[in-house]
Amino acid sequence: MNPNPKDKLAYDETFTCIQCGTCLPACPTYKTMGTETQSPRGRINLVKMAAEGKISLDELKDPIDLCLGCRACETACPTNVPYGVILESAKLALHEHNRPSQSRMEVFKENLFYNHVFPRKKVMSTGAGLLWFYQKSGVRRLVEKTGLLNSLPESLATFERTLPAATAPVRRRRRPKRLEPQQAPRYKVGFFTGCIMDALFDRINDLGMRLLVLGGCTVVAADGQTCCGALHLHGGRDDQARELARKNIEVFEQEAFDYVVNTAGGCGALLHEYPALFADDPEWQIRAQSFADHTIDISVLLARLDLPFNKEIRKRATYQPSCHMTNVQKVRDEPRQLIRRIKGIDFRELHDPNFCCGSAGIYNVVQFDESMKILDVKMADVKSRDPELIVTTNPGCLLQMKAGIEREGLQDRMQALHLVELLAEACGLEKR
Amino acid sequence: MVLKTEIVQQLRRIIKPGRILTKEADLVSYGYDASFGFYKPDVVLQVKNENEVSAVMKLANQLRIPVTPRGQASSLSGGPLPVKGGMVLDFSQWSKSLKIDSEDLVAVVSPGVITADLDDAAARYGLMYPPDPGSSHFSTIGGNLAENSGGPRCLKYGVTKDYVIGLKVVTPQGEVIRTGGRTVKNVTGYDLTKLIVGSEGTLGIITEATLRLLPRPLSTQTMMLTFDHFVDSGKTVTRILTSGILPAKVEMMDQASIRAVEAYQPQNLPVDAEAILLIELDGHPAAVADEAERIRSLAKAMAARSVKIAHSSEEARKLWKARKLVSPAIASKKPTKISEDATVPRSKIAEFCHRLQEIRNTYKIDLVVFGHVGDGNLHPNIICDKRNREEMKRVQKAIEEIFHAAIDLGGTLSGEHGIGTMKRAYMPWELSPVELDMMKRIKLAWDPNNILNPSKIFPAPDRSWCCRNEPESERQTRL
Repeated sequence: MNPNPKDKLAYDETFTCIQCGTCLPACPTYKTMGTETQSPRGRINLVKMAAEGKISLDELKDPIDLCLGCRACETACPTNVPYGVILESAKLALHEHNRPSQSRMEVFKENLFYNHVFPRKKVMSTGAGLLWFYQKSGVRRLVEKTGLLNSLPESLATFERTLPAATAPVRRRRRPKRLEPQQAPRYKVGFFTGCIMDALFDRINDLGMRLLVLGGCTVVAADGQTCCGALHLHGGRDDQARELARKNIEVFEQEAFDYVVNTAGGCGALLHEYPALFADDPEWQIRAQSFADHTIDISVLLARLDLPFNKEIRKRATYQPSCHMTNVQKVRDEPRQLIRRIKGIDFRELHDPNFCCGSAGIYNVVQFDESMKILDVKMADVKSRDPELIVTTNPGCLLQMKAGIEREGLQDRMQALHLVELLAEACGLEKR
Repeated sequence: MVLKTEIVQQLRRIIKPGRILTKEADLVSYGYDASFGFYKPDVVLQVKNENEVSAVMKLANQLRIPVTPRGQASSLSGGPLPVKGGMVLDFSQWSKSLKIDSEDLVAVVSPGVITADLDDAAARYGLMYPPDPGSSHFSTIGGNLAENSGGPRCLKYGVTKDYVIGLKVVTPQGEVIRTGGRTVKNVTGYDLTKLIVGSEGTLGIITEATLRLLPRPLSTQTMMLTFDHFVDSGKTVTRILTSGILPAKVEMMDQASIRAVEAYQPQNLPVDAEAILLIELDGHPAAVADEAERIRSLAKAMAARSVKIAHSSEEARKLWKARKLVSPAIASKKPTKISEDATVPRSKIAEFCHRLQEIRNTYKIDLVVFGHVGDGNLHPNIICDKRNREEMKRVQKAIEEIFHAAIDLGGTLSGEHGIGTMKRAYMPWELSPVELDMMKRIKLAWDPNNILNPSKIFPAPDRSWCCRNEPESERQTRL
């Protein structure tokens, strides 16, 4: 179809960069890796050079793979360079470029992952079921005792320890899809469950729904919704991301919702950017725009509701904002306002809260070493604030911060949790 | 290629391999700055101490390899471009040493320190480092020293060179020397310190600097003055400065900037006004309050349409936001932004602005004027598209006219960005052959083999383009 992957590069967009360097201090990989090549300005220049044929796409691969995609550079940029667009275009071009050289087994594994795992609720749910079995049956203890864990690659072993307790498959199936408040509903809310959130953190989704109901909303976890598509897009598979987007838009069009709420900063960011996926499809772009206009992070809506914060929580807490929430959704204040409203909380802002934690989708698994260097910078900041709670708003950040606590050996004095869990406790919904 | 491997081997004995960059992706990442032009180095060395710099310079001098020092490359003049290839010395990873001596009122810093960090550190002692270039949050102090950077506060406090009292420098032949010291007064011998500062990395490589700090003013006050007529704004600046008040900053936005900001992100600015002045006063709170009132009545007498005084830091932030938005606002119109810094004597500001309007009309270019009007350092910004050759020809002519106008009015080619590659063709317009020759002889004395940041400052006969990407034709050496 496309003879040259190079043509996929967002060449015109690279000219919006005036190469001033304002983005340098905002970039986590520039900080940890220390070369211009691993900076936003450097990567934009490389994309331009590759588009002009001055360097090969192979030269582009490393710097693009090592970018977290946190987009802190976009927030810092004085001339509003659309870095996200440039980055995605490079991923797409690299994906096209590398395809012919992939072995059949690699293609098979990738397709399995992208086509059959993330978009499929059942598969994800089976995976979560297996995780539950693994955690409850004693296999985990066996694995730990035999030291089998140590034979896993370090990246997987690190995150195995941080996985939350999975919900039993029976309970999972019994979960209500529609919840009504006691009083006349203030808003009707569609609940976007997400794939990883739903499989691993369904408890957070449950609590999120119940908080919204407590605040006076009708909440519907619409049937048929699927993965947001962010991982596909970041993997250079824009066709699949579009397919998933269409499905989600259709599902939430079936009822008139005041808001479509999500509990994952990363997913929320892509939901907000759905219109950009349909740049060449006006009809779908309008539908995507309407969907995006209704999409908000759960913290934004919760901050507008009157939640009964009736339980005092006397803890020192800090907040690790999700990059995609800060830099793409531009949600900064609401989570902090909510935390501060809880009685007894001693809120401590990080010195550099907008520095990425290094999670970034599956970056922490595929680029484990670089991710850990970034996490080390983050944890030094965290330790200087000495919190008992690290509050997050995205599953990736949550797992990463848990890994950070493990890495520093701080399990006995520090705990990472999702904002929803903290609010649920403060509202007396559930003890953590 | 054999030679190249051999040299890299020698460099490995000086610098750890992880800090010697030779991959193609790395090399093309150190070939640009915030100006025009792209030149690929042959190797990038991330130096971390004086011994490394000294050893590299000895090797480079012996083998006649060009060396270009580089901070974080926010330069607008082409200073850190490796025009002749060779080695780029990247100072951004030099471990940052920053010592404040509050008794001597000095700071001793390593070249990789970020400028704003220095001012923040001084603030903890109730002190300040006055120079505040727009890039201070990401530029290195080494780069600031080399280019003699300015900023809005220069109106009251002067530029970088006014705060440097001592340096450690590696010469092009690899020797380490000290200049100046740590006393405010020091008249021993030639003032090599001032010679090195602003020499754009052509005479020596700064490895340590002793900088003068001032007591931090107790308070600041921001105000915004709006004018129906541009000329009135210029006259008002003169009136303020001759009435016994010296503001820290006086920034100007012309009508084109006001309209651009309003179209981009409305701030309730009057789009029919011809100019806005933003003023920051600093000093004792009582003095500052009194000065603000005096400026208010003075501005009213000078036909200012309105005068706003900020009553809180939040209000002050909002007033400055308009100025901050000029860059993104104009950059959203077309991709290429050329920021000039031709400077005129203060009394000629109004006339300079008039000439700029004429240039805008003659060459049909998108020209926006804003900048540090208080010290005559305006920033005529041209918004264009460097892919459009026809437009760029007009832009080039317009820039030359701007330089002509500035020099005609008794001004200078550059107020704070430096000459670099961008303005070297025009040096003979401002300096006589004898003056240029004196400078060249100084360069020759310091760097007889012309290896340190060659092709900067001094005019080359065939270089008349400043805003077009030049080919790599000047390269002479390959490692």
